[in-house]
Amino acid sequence: MTSRLLRSASLATCCLAGILLSLPAAAEPPGSKAEPAAQEGLQVPRPPLTEGIFPCTSCHDGKSMKVNPRRRELVDMHGDIALHHGPATRWCLDCHDPADRDHLRLASGEKVPFTTSYLLCGQCHGDKFRDWRVGIHGKRTGSWNGPKQYLLCVHCHDPHSPHFKPLKPMAPPARPEQIQARKGGAR
Amino acid sequence: MTEPRLNHPDQGCGGRREFLGTAVAAVAAALTGCGKISHEEFLQHNFKELSKDEVLSVIARLEKEYKEKFGKEVKVATTPPLPGVIFGYALDLSRCVGCRRCVHACVKENNQSREPEVQWIRVLELEKEEGVNLQHADQYYNPEEVPREGHFYMPVQCQQCKKPPCVKVCPVGATWREKDGITVVDYNWCIGCRYCMAACPYGARHFNWGEPHLPSADVNPDTHYFGNRPRPKGVVEKCTFCIQRTRKGLYPACVEVCPTGSRKFGNLLDKDSEIRYVLENKRVFKLKEDLNTQPNFFYFYGV
Repeated sequence: MTSRLLRSASLATCCLAGILLSLPAAAEPPGSKAEPAAQEGLQVPRPPLTEGIFPCTSCHDGKSMKVNPRRRELVDMHGDIALHHGPATRWCLDCHDPADRDHLRLASGEKVPFTTSYLLCGQCHGDKFRDWRVGIHGKRTGSWNGPKQYLLCVHCHDPHSPHFKPLKPMAPPARPEQIQARKGGAR
Repeated sequence: MTEPRLNHPDQGCGGRREFLGTAVAAVAAALTGCGKISHEEFLQHNFKELSKDEVLSVIARLEKEYKEKFGKEVKVATTPPLPGVIFGYALDLSRCVGCRRCVHACVKENNQSREPEVQWIRVLELEKEEGVNLQHADQYYNPEEVPREGHFYMPVQCQQCKKPPCVKVCPVGATWREKDGITVVDYNWCIGCRYCMAACPYGARHFNWGEPHLPSADVNPDTHYFGNRPRPKGVVEKCTFCIQRTRKGLYPACVEVCPTGSRKFGNLLDKDSEIRYVLENKRVFKLKEDLNTQPNFFYFYGV
């Protein structure tokens, strides 16, 4: 019953620039340097949710569609999500809050919005979370001595299949012999 | 009797001056192999010896020349080093996937020649079994997808050494290390002898064998005298940590574009900077440390 919430990581990577540019004022870069920003104060762009899918409660309203806590293969909806994340026992409602589908749920039962999903990821990946907060893990853009743009974990790692997706490399350099042979070249 | 003198002193002097001007232009044309160099350019001194007024006139001349050549405004900045800043760079070998986004973003930012393309970053594909063994490095890899199984990737560019061998060998002092740790080249003072290229153990310096071919549409007009301003034929160029960006507080272009966030940049003198965190908390090494070039470019393992 997991919502098809997130674009694939490769898509997110390709569109990174586009996402950054198209972000509204809500994604103002944080003012601090590498200072571990207070968890609630960390400014990040909006999560890369599939367009038109949020709020999840427009379908999962708890009335017309009751919560089915049984682990099963999804067929009616969200069939495109293949969960390749951690042990086989993991499933949707470990992270998505069953009572309020617009939120995620920490192991403690605390609800967190999608905009601070790094809190959820950081429960298991504490070392990565620590490095991310100081600006070592993940991409930072902006100013080395001023405001920086952070990204959420899910901008690069599809939470349902988090391995960083392979990329097509850009063109290799020309071999010296190719440069000489080129007609009208600078030589 | 007063006979009018044939050669009036002023006239003679003027004639000589004229002659000298033409001679200089002729020598300039002969030496550079092209008639395009102006005699102001030919007589320009090393940038470090220029007075403030001379710098202004040099910049004005360059901007005029670029406008004529490319048909658009090209700004040439001379932003000095920021006080209290020494730049450091760290690259995460456990994250780099070898996609070469940095290589091409660098070319775009720094106005390198496009044909043939001069690239300041060289990404090496290395074998995991061999580790950092440059004998097993390949820079021409071109698979469908990276990273390839059993391989890792190591981008190499100017290491901005604290003891740069390239500076030591330059016979004319056309290259030096600035106060913020960036080794720069005065393209107008460089004689193109390429000693620095022979001295650099990282292959980080590149020579313009021909007139750099840079289409007007591709010119990045935001330039710095020591950085990405369009270069003439016959000079050496190199990575400057995007001096035109970093001295304004921006990240270098390669940092901005890296999709994996492998590239980290900052002020080594700021104890709260990202680069200091890397140096203090991660496993770090310098490339060819045994040569005692003392790079300010570090490789680390972020895992």
